[in-house]
Amino acid sequence: MAQRSSLLARTISTLIILILILVAIAVVTKLAGSRPFERTVVEMFIRVMLVVGIYIFVGNSGVISFGHMGFMCIGAYAAAWFTIPAVMKQVSLPGLPNFLINTQLPIFLSAFLAGLLAALFALIVGRILMRLSGIAASIATFAMLAVINVVYSNWDSVTGGTGSIVGIPFYTGIWTALGGAILVVIIAYLYQISRSGLALRAGRDEATAAAASGVNIVRERLIAFVISAFVIGVAGALYGHFLGVVNPDAFYLSVTFITLSMLVVGGMNSLSGAVMGVIVISAIIQLLRWLEKGVDLGGTTLAIPNGLQEITIGLVMIIILMFRPSGLTRNREITWRLKGAGKPSE
Amino acid sequence: MTALLQILFDALSLGSLYALGALGIALIFGVMRLVNFAHGDYIAFCVFALLWPSIDAAAIVFAGNLPTIILIPLILAIGAGLSVLSEILVFRRFRNANPATMMIASFALGYVLKNFLLMLFSSRPKSIDLWSNLSQQVEIAGARIPLLQVITITITIVILIALTAFLKRTRFGLEMRAAAENFTMARMLGVKANRVIMLAFAISGMLAAAIGLILATQTGTVDIQMGMSVMLVAFIATVIGGLGSLPGAVIAGFLIGGASVLMQVILPLEARPFRDAFVYGAVIACLIWRPQGLFAPKSAKQRV
Repeated sequence: MAQRSSLLARTISTLIILILILVAIAVVTKLAGSRPFERTVVEMFIRVMLVVGIYIFVGNSGVISFGHMGFMCIGAYAAAWFTIPAVMKQVSLPGLPNFLINTQLPIFLSAFLAGLLAALFALIVGRILMRLSGIAASIATFAMLAVINVVYSNWDSVTGGTGSIVGIPFYTGIWTALGGAILVVIIAYLYQISRSGLALRAGRDEATAAAASGVNIVRERLIAFVISAFVIGVAGALYGHFLGVVNPDAFYLSVTFITLSMLVVGGMNSLSGAVMGVIVISAIIQLLRWLEKGVDLGGTTLAIPNGLQEITIGLVMIIILMFRPSGLTRNREITWRLKGAGKPSE
Repeated sequence: MTALLQILFDALSLGSLYALGALGIALIFGVMRLVNFAHGDYIAFCVFALLWPSIDAAAIVFAGNLPTIILIPLILAIGAGLSVLSEILVFRRFRNANPATMMIASFALGYVLKNFLLMLFSSRPKSIDLWSNLSQQVEIAGARIPLLQVITITITIVILIALTAFLKRTRFGLEMRAAAENFTMARMLGVKANRVIMLAFAISGMLAAAIGLILATQTGTVDIQMGMSVMLVAFIATVIGGLGSLPGAVIAGFLIGGASVLMQVILPLEARPFRDAFVYGAVIACLIWRPQGLFAPKSAKQRV
């Protein structure tokens, strides 16, 4: 027990710093008072939830998952089922069971249930998939994502098919998104200092030795998989309440790749890496968008041509990875002691 | 009987595309453990090389007007060139990086390529008339088969035979096979790393170009996303076939093509929209059954 508390004492500063950074961003955004910019920041906080959610599994287990956006899909659609007014559901989603059509839950309860649904799905699928490791596991998670996408794209009476479901109440503003992001960072932190998190990381770094010391890698992976699915399910629900519409292709390849890129660019084996990856990449994207719109420099407007933004962000990512192959944070956690504090993540 | 023949040809021609794609990915994975997500964008790039940059809906065919005998080598050379160039400029600097980093780098490169095409050509699919006379049908044993399918299958078989001969009979081929099996050991025995890797990229790029030409002829459209789906299936085929095993990749490509076509036929009508879900479900089952892949080389087995 004494050791546990010292682990907490040694690592708690990371959590505090990350939360302070997130709060600072929200406060500055609010002070700036620009609506479009605020929306960008809300989206960034949701991305923080997604990337940290992926990190809970990928970072701790070392298994790259392409499937986690499937949980986002499940969460977002569940939120749509729980919160769209009954009258609209009868028309647009006639295939839903009656009790779902007639219920309309408060948003937080619905988001929680959406997370639970995603976690339940992860528990069932994970029992099979977690036996795999390495690239076979990555492909299997991708196959899971593809199955989810195909089902949600074609089960018209329940999901509205490839079209969008409208009518999800708008709710997610900057404070909700900030709260979600902080909550997720706390969950990820608590998981990584928990017994299961430590065991899983031991299994990631030295599978044989960990197994010999009594770590059941498959079980620990499953725990991480389920927790991360819950987190991403909730993020999906909040995303639904942010956009007001859901459609299956919003939860497929492009968001999978952008979130994974953020994780790897930040440093996929550390929580700080996951958070910083999102912040840095989002900041660069925002900067380039401004440049695309044009900057006023002493009377002349300088603008980069349309489309250059995406090309630049791709190039920037390649260059960052070239010089920092293990990510911006070099897989270390940010701590108080700035100098030399970075021992490799445990 | 005729229906069966039709299904067989459908399966083989779809499988051909997947097999060529899987081969392109497996070659590079073999020599440098890189899962090249830019492969799909190489395919699109090669097809767009036929056109003159414009954002109109109608495609302005430029290189595509060249006589076939010049056109095909030109497009293959563009594919090879692009692929080798990406090796020199990007992937060479990731030799010692971990696989996840390399994978994201390749994805970022693909993203750059895709948006480069987007900037020049806009995202609208364009129609293109490339060897459209190949869409006529021929009669084989009573079944009417599109000529293009026959040609696709023939070309794939020719490519596979040529590549096998190259890998088995030449010194380069020997070096590549050795590198695919155990890269470190091959280097110690005097195989030049850069040369083998560049060669693998060149062949992989040519395969991407070949897929691009076949796809453009088959669909009659040019679309920035066109390489994506082939690349994803090819990627899966590479893993199912056993990473590092080239014949495994090819066979798995044909298997997935066959499974897709077969399920399209045998699934009940209301389940057909969900066909891909069944295919991917089969992929998961296959991975659970043989995590190392169906034809894993002995060296790939984990020892613990």
